[in-house]
Amino acid sequence: MTPEEIIRIIKQSGLRGRGGGGFPTGVKWETCKNAKGNIKYIICNADEGDPGAFMDRSLLEGNPHSVLEGMIIGGYAIGSNEGYIYVRKEYPLAVETLNIAINKAREYGLLGQDIMGSGFDFDIEIHRGAGAFVCGESTALMASLEGRVGEPRAKYIHTVEHGLWDKPSNLNNVETWANVPVIVVRGANWFTKIGTGDVSNNPWGGSKGTKIFSLVGKINNTGLVEVPMGMRLREIIYDIGGGIPGGKKFKAVQTGGPSGGCLPDSLLDLPVDFDELTKVGSMMGSGGMIVMDENTCMVDIAKYFIDFLKGESCGKCVPCREGIRNMLDILTNITEGKGKENDIELLKELGEWMQESALCALGTSAPNPVLSTLRYFQAEYDAHIKDKRCPAGVCKSLIQFSIDAEKCTGCMVCVKACPKDAITGNRKEAHILDQTKCIKCSACYDMCRFGAVIRK
Amino acid sequence: MDKDIEQILTRYKGKKQSIIMILQDIQDKYNYLPQDVLKSLAKRLDIPLSKIHSIATYYKSFSLKPRGKHLIQVCLGTACHVRGGQRILEEIERELNIRAGETTNDLIFTLETVNCVGACALGPVVVINGNYHGQMRTTKVSKQTC
Ligand SMILES: Cc1cc2nc3c(=O)[nH]c(=O)nc-3n(C[C@H](O)[C@H](O)[C@H](O)COP(=O)(O)O)c2cc1C
Ligand code: SF4
Ligand code: FES
Repeated sequence: MTPEEIIRIIKQSGLRGRGGGGFPTGVKWETCKNAKGNIKYIICNADEGDPGAFMDRSLLEGNPHSVLEGMIIGGYAIGSNEGYIYVRKEYPLAVETLNIAINKAREYGLLGQDIMGSGFDFDIEIHRGAGAFVCGESTALMASLEGRVGEPRAKYIHTVEHGLWDKPSNLNNVETWANVPVIVVRGANWFTKIGTGDVSNNPWGGSKGTKIFSLVGKINNTGLVEVPMGMRLREIIYDIGGGIPGGKKFKAVQTGGPSGGCLPDSLLDLPVDFDELTKVGSMMGSGGMIVMDENTCMVDIAKYFIDFLKGESCGKCVPCREGIRNMLDILTNITEGKGKENDIELLKELGEWMQESALCALGTSAPNPVLSTLRYFQAEYDAHIKDKRCPAGVCKSLIQFSIDAEKCTGCMVCVKACPKDAITGNRKEAHILDQTKCIKCSACYDMCRFGAVIRK
Repeated sequence: MDKDIEQILTRYKGKKQSIIMILQDIQDKYNYLPQDVLKSLAKRLDIPLSKIHSIATYYKSFSLKPRGKHLIQVCLGTACHVRGGQRILEEIERELNIRAGETTNDLIFTLETVNCVGACALGPVVVINGNYHGQMRTTKVSKQTC
């Protein structure tokens, strides 16, 4: 097969990047192939920074050869002789298996000089990241590969033309690379039979193939699932995931990591693909799917993501750095019962400003968790702001613990569990909780088997 | 000390671009990044010390201060967060009387938070000296940390 034929197959297959943006892989390859220069780089993004997602980890640990093979094919098609895999340091086992796989591939002559007598040279080097979420962003990742501080740069310079060491560079996600060998073997037609839309004339016209999701959080069957694109959320969460544990009610599912959004039960029949998720204000992202039940506070979740992003923003541009800081202040106030009437307007305004003006996608997508929870769960924000109440019983300043004397059997379990000795009482007598000593750690609530601890 | 640096540098063929991994290996060896080691590294690689410092402070996994004998990492990734990771952290903070990011005075424990270690299905997860402990509960904390 010639390089051109491979690129044609990948384009026809409609494969879109599994790392977040869903950019058509074949189009990217073609641009990089056509870019000027003799030296080109192939890069595999294994930074997997989205908290709650571990598809890439599992692929690298379980089947590293699929990724290596994808990269070798990519190198051949694009005209590159050097590949890099950027793995996060938190995955030591993945690094180990990758090293073994690379050495084996070299032994077999599948990597190195003149691969299988084809005259094509290609080798792969591993680079370990050092714990920075923003290094998953393409330009930051390349800066980090060069041994620099991983700060993103302006988007108008395209990495397919000016990437690593200013040379044309083709970056794809782990899962994207792993799809390549199967597509080349089975053909584009086989691949396009799975999934949604029509990609025959427009590479953005649909989402083809399967996608791995990490189904975690408040769900019975947690773990990785690989499903055809277009499967409904309800099928994934209930048929495969087995629903919510403990008879609790479903509240939301978070997709797309810190750049994604929270979707309510009214959207459970949404077919999951790149475009449908974007339409409802979330994202495919790398495939994290975190299920939340009625005990999750959506304001707290929004605050959680903004707090995460505050630690991860590289601080280079003002909209991201200051926008996130301001959002966090407002959200913290709301969760502490100090929210004001116009806070919601302010959050929306800040969000729009960041979406328009931040430098990299971390900043432009940072408001998503806030905007999507506002869109679907505004009543919960109102309860915090107007009634000074946290309906889910999460925000410490707004809740109180007490003991229902009717239900308390006097088993002493909570007395022992309480780290602050706030609960007293004798065996077989209803216990008493001292509000002034309580630090609201919830230990008693979690331990009581009789539902006698009231949290509200 | 210089012998150790040389050994690490040979692993990366003395390439400047591998500075991040070189620093990781130094940290694995000394458990933090000692100032004098960074100084000789700067000289050896011909990189300004200030640049090494900017890298060492930018990336989260580096520490310029000595860390405890045991490293406790509490996962606060989303999956662990919704399953109560924050409460586990608070319990350990109370137990050890330090905050996340700090080391006990006797240099026995260092407490850190991490954003997902890729074991989300087991959440909430606490990693102690590289060993994963899943489905942590506040009541299990003292047993694991002592
Ligand atoms: C803040 C930020 C973090 C990202 N993290 C990752 C990541 O961890 N893994 C990944 O594959 N892509 C990540 N991306 C997307 C990459 O920039 C890039 O689009 C992707 O790796 C391209 O590969 P693909 O076309 O195969 O999806 C991130 C993007 C941003 C803005
Ligand atoms: S919430 Fe914590 S401190 Fe308060 S009573 Fe229960 S166990 Fe004690
Ligand atoms: S969120 Fe804790 S291991 Fe992934």
